[in-house]
Amino acid sequence: MIRLSHVHKSYPNGALALKDVSFRIGKGEFVFLTGHSGAGKSTIMKLLFAEQRPTSGEVRVSGYDVSQLRPDEIPKLRRRLGVVFQDFRLLEDRTAAENIAFALEVTGARGDTIAARVMRVLTQVGLSAKSQAYPRELSGGEQQRVAIARALVNEPAILVADEPTGNLDERATRGVFQLLRDINTGGTVIVMATHDLDLVRQANYRTIELRDGGVVYDSAFDETDQTEAAR
Amino acid sequence: MKLLAREALLSFRRAPLLSALSITTIAFSLFTLGLFGLVAINLRQALHGLEERVEIVAFVLRGTPAETITLATQDIAAFPEVREVVYVSEEQALGRARRELVEFRDAYRDLQVNPLPASIEVRLKDGYRDAATVERVAQRLRGFGFVNDVRFGREWVQKLDHLRNITGIVGLVIGLAFAAVAVVIIGVTIRLTLLQRAREISIMRLVGATNWFIRGPFLLEGALKGLLGGLLSLALCYGGYLLFRDRAGGVFAGMIFFHALQMLGIVVFGVLLGLGGSLVSVGRHLRHV
Repeated sequence: MIRLSHVHKSYPNGALALKDVSFRIGKGEFVFLTGHSGAGKSTIMKLLFAEQRPTSGEVRVSGYDVSQLRPDEIPKLRRRLGVVFQDFRLLEDRTAAENIAFALEVTGARGDTIAARVMRVLTQVGLSAKSQAYPRELSGGEQQRVAIARALVNEPAILVADEPTGNLDERATRGVFQLLRDINTGGTVIVMATHDLDLVRQANYRTIELRDGGVVYDSAFDETDQTEAAR
Repeated sequence: MKLLAREALLSFRRAPLLSALSITTIAFSLFTLGLFGLVAINLRQALHGLEERVEIVAFVLRGTPAETITLATQDIAAFPEVREVVYVSEEQALGRARRELVEFRDAYRDLQVNPLPASIEVRLKDGYRDAATVERVAQRLRGFGFVNDVRFGREWVQKLDHLRNITGIVGLVIGLAFAAVAVVIIGVTIRLTLLQRAREISIMRLVGATNWFIRGPFLLEGALKGLLGGLLSLALCYGGYLLFRDRAGGVFAGMIFFHALQMLGIVVFGVLLGLGGSLVSVGRHLRHV
């Protein structure tokens, strides 16, 4: 589903964000990307949804080669991905249902199917009773659930979550994490960047640790040392 | 399409002040342009009235036989530039002088001999009243043996020519300057809207909206603002026109307003300005989002 081969990324100011990063993520996997701030987690996330391109190397996502992607292919790739951020990125002047419907409308979904699809994902994230609430009327955890529902509504094969629990209290974090696990159980690949090591320890998922732009640990190849590396 | 219209209209509702500002600036830019246009068409109308009075007078030598003159007037009437040829005999000239020059009525009444020569008055067709054509026709009239002198108010015709050229050039320059200002203002207001909605645009891109889908509402919004601005400017122009026509003590009583096609032109120009301004602004912004 995802393959990075010898990916380098440097910025115009000369800063090196990624150096020789290679890994593969297969169907149905749940993968944590961990590391300190500035380790390269967010850069990898941005490469996955083609917000940035690698300076060299190959990034393949869901059959698309991000390094060679034409501008008109970027929306096609993004429709096959769900993306969730730490800051939710909801439109403040639209209700929960409208925020989710927006993602369908902009991709040209049939109007008569939208309401039913929105309701289905709202139920999936446990917010069917709050469909008409505006983001300011929802708690942080609920807002993140709406953002996840929006990411899911196009039925993506891959969900990319960049620090999705970074702004949440412990209880909301547990709830959102459980939701992501449930989604993964349904077959969706989840790539989650986090520096919450408690969360990483809770589940026995594959963990890729980054340091200074390089992969220093991948539990898929070093099962025995996982706890040590996470620490 | 429904979504496109809804998103475009939504931006009016979300930012009524900014939208009103854009529409007003477009309206005022077009209003200035429209006022100049009004001055131009009225000046042209007035010049046309003046031009109609451009005539060439060939004075006839005393004693020229009537047949010669008749043949000559037929000849002159056949010139491609000539609309009308009128022969004014010595008696008619005197009669006209007595009628029109009231101050000299007594002097003309006591005359024993008529001092006024007969003349041939030539009026030119529309489009042939410029200085060069007038001069050319005058030259040909001088060629007739019985013609003593030809007068046509050379300086007056040349000044008219000059005025017409200046009006055209000034109109074009000021018009283009105002159009450029309007494009910049529209571009800036659309850019403000874009910045205000940068978050929304980034979310649209994130969920896979195509660039044209994102541009659509903004372009429609620009075009709508241009349309409303154009209509408002026409209303303002009409107000200004009525004010001048009715309140300026009859000096401008003969003023004319744009005809339907010209009004349509102003509105279409407004729409194009709105569209152009937003296209430039959206294109530039989307490259950076």
